[in-house]
Amino acid sequence: MTLMILPILLPLAGAALSTLFRRSLAMQKIIAVLVSAAILLSSALLLRLVLAEGMQVMYIGAWEAPFGISFIADTFSALMLLLTGVLGFTVTIYSLSGIDKMRQCYGYFRLLHILLMGVSGAFLTGDLFNLYVWFEVMLIASFVLMVLGNERAQLEGAVKYVVMNLLASVFFLIGIGVLYGKTGTLNFADLAFKLSTVTDHSLVNVSAVLFLLAFGIKSALFPFFFWLPDSYHVPPPAITAIFSGLLTKVGVYALLRTFSLIFVHDQEFTQPVFLALAGLTMLTGVLGAVAQNEMRRLLSFHIVSQIGYAIMGLAIFNAAAFSGAIYFIVHVAIAKAALFLITGYILATRGSTKLKELGGLLRYSPFLSILFFLSAMSLAGMPPLSGFFAKFALVKAGFEAGQHLISAVALAVGMLTLFSMTKIWGEAFWNERSVVGDAPRPAITPLTRFEHSMYLFPTLVLVALTVLMGIGAEAVFEITDRAAAELFNPTTYISTVLGIE
Amino acid sequence: MQLLLALLSGAFFAAGIFLLLRRSLVRLVLGLIFIGHSANILIFTADGLQRGAPPVVRDGQEILTQPYADPLPQALILTAIVISFGVFAFFLVLIKRVYRVSGHDDLDRLRETDA
Repeated sequence: MTLMILPILLPLAGAALSTLFRRSLAMQKIIAVLVSAAILLSSALLLRLVLAEGMQVMYIGAWEAPFGISFIADTFSALMLLLTGVLGFTVTIYSLSGIDKMRQCYGYFRLLHILLMGVSGAFLTGDLFNLYVWFEVMLIASFVLMVLGNERAQLEGAVKYVVMNLLASVFFLIGIGVLYGKTGTLNFADLAFKLSTVTDHSLVNVSAVLFLLAFGIKSALFPFFFWLPDSYHVPPPAITAIFSGLLTKVGVYALLRTFSLIFVHDQEFTQPVFLALAGLTMLTGVLGAVAQNEMRRLLSFHIVSQIGYAIMGLAIFNAAAFSGAIYFIVHVAIAKAALFLITGYILATRGSTKLKELGGLLRYSPFLSILFFLSAMSLAGMPPLSGFFAKFALVKAGFEAGQHLISAVALAVGMLTLFSMTKIWGEAFWNERSVVGDAPRPAITPLTRFEHSMYLFPTLVLVALTVLMGIGAEAVFEITDRAAAELFNPTTYISTVLGIE
Repeated sequence: MQLLLALLSGAFFAAGIFLLLRRSLVRLVLGLIFIGHSANILIFTADGLQRGAPPVVRDGQEILTQPYADPLPQALILTAIVISFGVFAFFLVLIKRVYRVSGHDDLDRLRETDA
């Protein structure tokens, strides 16, 4: 039971402790590493517990559902928490040298803790308004992380990011208001239970669309995605890595959760909308990426494109597609974070991430090149890496459900992803442009051996995970199949939370 | 009263959208604040309004009986107001910084980071 609350309490304690030690950066670093390792450990134990004993429910303040706030860890939530733990740990290690001293002094680690707390809370809560509160906790930390450093581009990007996310929060609130007016409850399970008896769907559909708007903006779905490529490339790559790995995924999680549990009674209305949005998100994202010539912007567009795949699983709406979508979320968070961490290393050693100014990386950093190649190919969906199995599961589910168009789009987008990845590979790694005549440009700030390993170790961990997820795909699919079955058939969820038979 | 609040919520939303569509940074913030207020009023009226009926079990009764004012929406908007207060405090500082750095408050000229 206490295990469930740890992913929230640990980062809270970490933030409080590092505020106490705000004059000692060394202590803050030690706290950050220890706390993120503890989060990783506790979330791994929680997943093990959930797999062994089934869904865990905790009533905060012992107010039973639907009266109080309940925290629920089913397989999907626990898996997402483990993902948070993995990304939190690797990015914390990376930040030891990947974030400059000025940002660290202005409370970088504290903000990272609060961000992780918000994300964990959003994955655990079983209450709609509490989900809003966790979203805000996560957002305010991400706002400050985005402007930390005070560069002009960061401030500009932050204006776009803050405005769109505040608008999304307002839509979320209005959706909550409409739904509460209709049902008089905010508990996920109780809402699902009460809405199953409602026959007039008009007001429910209104709030469904408001939730789609809110979570669509937060997860950067077409046509609400434009803030993401305008803002995600401005903070340091370590911050973008955690944003891309977790923030948009919380939006996708919220969509999957609400539209598989609460808004399930009018699928003729919701499923075509999701199918269209998923296809268009994939396409516009990847087309935007193909047109970019700067690594961070290119990868930011890919975040959008990949969100489409996860929503495709929701749109097909069967257990196999859900399983593929959950596997895909885990895969893409890891592979994408690895790519951003590699970009950060290139930025630190080469001083640029513009493809035209890079070249010869294969010759100068063969180890880095292997890491990039593996994560890029994983993102593009090459076997035997995790991306292949993720897309395979989704496309197979699509064809089996008779959704040929979306499956064809998914395959085509995979090809374009491969194209833009080979573009980075060809320009930055293979191209011998900067080799001709003179030696490679030296790193703008010479890195010590320790700093090198702090850059490369977390990246190696993430790349190893994407390889292992591919090779051991069957074991991972066992977990995601279970999570998908629980999502697709929510009667256990409802009866466990409400304590009814 | 309920109709009045519904109209007020709509008016706030309309004014907010109008301000959002302007080019000035300050109007952008004001617009977002208006839309936030509109959402709060909507939640306040969501479950219907009851005047002079506190949610207290009356003398001689075992359970709470209708009609009573639902306290939950009020708790919800209280939370939402506090959260938006913090967020807008941050946002005001942010636009002040943007104004200092860029020297103008014209949104159309904030295009450097656009894709």
